[in-house]
Amino acid sequence: MAIRVAYTGNGACAQAMRQVEPHMVAAYPITPQTEVVEEFAKFVADGKVKTKFLPVESEHSAMSACIGGAAAGGRVMTTTASQGLAYMWEMLYIASGLRLPIVMGVANRALSAPINIHGDHSDTMGARDSGWVQLYCKTVQEVYDTLIQAVRIAEHDEVRLPVMVCYDGFSVSHSLMDLEVLAEEQVKGFVGSFTPRYPLLDIANPVTYGPLALYDFYFEYRRQQVEAMATAERAVGEIAEEYASLSGRRYSAVEAYRLDNAEVALVSLGSTASTIEYAVDRLRDEGVAAGALRIRTFRPFPKDAIREALEPLKAVAVMDRSESLSGWGGPVGIEVKAAFYETEARPLLLDVVYGLGGRDVGVDDVREVFGELKKATDAGKMSDPVYYLSLRE
Amino acid sequence: MVVNLKKFTNKPELFTGGHRLCAGCGIATIIRQVLMAVENPVVISNATGCLEVGSSIYPYTSWKVPWIHSAFENSAATISGVETVYQALREEGKVAEDIRFIAIGGDGGTYDIGLQALSGALERGHNFTYICYDNEAYMNTGMQRSSASAYGSWTTTTPLGKVGKGKTIRKKPLTDIVVAHRIPYVAQAAPGHWRDLMTKVQKALATEGPSFLNILQPCVPGWRIEPHASMKAAKLAVETCYWPLYEVVDGVYRVTVKPKQKKPLAEYLELQGRFRHLLAEEQQPLLDELQADVDAVWEALLNKSAPTETKTKEE
Repeated sequence: MAIRVAYTGNGACAQAMRQVEPHMVAAYPITPQTEVVEEFAKFVADGKVKTKFLPVESEHSAMSACIGGAAAGGRVMTTTASQGLAYMWEMLYIASGLRLPIVMGVANRALSAPINIHGDHSDTMGARDSGWVQLYCKTVQEVYDTLIQAVRIAEHDEVRLPVMVCYDGFSVSHSLMDLEVLAEEQVKGFVGSFTPRYPLLDIANPVTYGPLALYDFYFEYRRQQVEAMATAERAVGEIAEEYASLSGRRYSAVEAYRLDNAEVALVSLGSTASTIEYAVDRLRDEGVAAGALRIRTFRPFPKDAIREALEPLKAVAVMDRSESLSGWGGPVGIEVKAAFYETEARPLLLDVVYGLGGRDVGVDDVREVFGELKKATDAGKMSDPVYYLSLRE
Repeated sequence: MVVNLKKFTNKPELFTGGHRLCAGCGIATIIRQVLMAVENPVVISNATGCLEVGSSIYPYTSWKVPWIHSAFENSAATISGVETVYQALREEGKVAEDIRFIAIGGDGGTYDIGLQALSGALERGHNFTYICYDNEAYMNTGMQRSSASAYGSWTTTTPLGKVGKGKTIRKKPLTDIVVAHRIPYVAQAAPGHWRDLMTKVQKALATEGPSFLNILQPCVPGWRIEPHASMKAAKLAVETCYWPLYEVVDGVYRVTVKPKQKKPLAEYLELQGRFRHLLAEEQQPLLDELQADVDAVWEALLNKSAPTETKTKEE
């Protein structure tokens, strides 16, 4: 029986981990993820899980231990945020290059300097090309649901890639929201038991992990990762469907909100979508043909679904909660623009950088962005390709 | 523990030939000695470095045991994950074998970039053996100094010049640092004394909890020695007491090989191009200083060692 409780994002992450009950959790506490590590340590201390908890001395070692543990043949997990993710960077690529199905929760937080503990997407956006599947959650419920699905995605026979479950620091990690927790046997049944491939602990069949591959083989390794990532797009969808029949909650790579007959829309990742949807309702009441699109799966990038959803619109603002510092906006904006390169018709696209270092975004801010889209549609062009929202300049 | 050479040389090789390590490389000798000494199944984690590069060029591998290389600084962290999952799977009944775990790194991957991961794994008390092959510089990238490089040696990043005198900082006392973690078994070994080395491998693998072996490894190109001279260099390191062979069992020190006649340090140095500049007449004061340092460390070691049986030579 599912039960309903009020929970934080971190609590939901820890609950999902408890119910999946992996062989090992290796983690290092960091704001705003700390409670996940604390709660999980308590589950271990209370004998609620058989999981081995490895309180490592750094995030680099957390990911290294996960790599060793997954290669050994175990189901392994970790969680982190911000500097911790940055410290893991080297190992992120090795986890995906070795095709190890590691699941990691990330409570998104800004990167230093200046040091800041609040939520933005600088950390995981920096890791967007590390070969991990990236799923961004809107609510506490979605953190829980996604973490459970992530196990299946990572371990999918044709995927075998690590998966990052991203949720906004504080606005999700520390916010109490409604959470429906599935019965333990439902979760255990859904994730099933782990079937490792080529485990190190298969003594009779010794394997070499992580060899040196030079110009004669390295390229083929990478190409196989490309294939796996392409397969992941399908697997994410299939597993979401299967989960929907278990939980009644359906998720897709991109989620449209009142896009039918919309002329203008905002594209976002994570919890800001809730604020945008609220604003869309108000604007619709006022007769504005407003809508929203939330990108849930950022890696693999659902370019076809994004194109299909946005192509009929007049103007679109892509909300970027990180800066690429490339001179032309945030990474989501750049990629959405790239997705339209080959289309005949395309909306006017505005990249909106917002909320860095946890700066709040409210309904009025969202209205301001829709106002910019109105100006653009009236003028038939964007006056400036990048818009900085709620910024003192 | 008695190491029987005949028995071990009849064992199938777990580290096969065809690897790309240099002719005369001390690492290959060390690894063969280590793997000859193991009795249980083993899983190995290997830091980036000469051994990894030389033994695993895809699609070939020298390893007939399960082996993982993930990065440079994390051999100890990687094996801690392997060992932890092993404990979990043992409890589930999914793994039946009594497996031992070995993490390997060079001095770069152990004294320097991997020191934190090593310290963490030792503190957490994993059941594993860490083996450092110490060739006293970053040899895989071509002889740059490490914190293990010997005082007075020249490397490509501590070159000799009008002003440069080679490395003028002491070697980091890694074995002492590991001993300070109060793990149950720590030892220094060298491949010229194979019986001593293999006995220590067996003791380390039989230890409940973390164990550590610091093994001096002659490097042909890095030490500027002839390929045939690597074992001679390893023996001279011990006979001059530059690299004392000892073990620390539950905090108790014991010298395991005590040279009958301690040779002058110069005999060890003159074999190697990296020290040759020290033998010039005007360098005598520095040479005297180095000799005094070796003597002091050796005396201190003897003073804190349990007065047990020590051998004077290898067979």
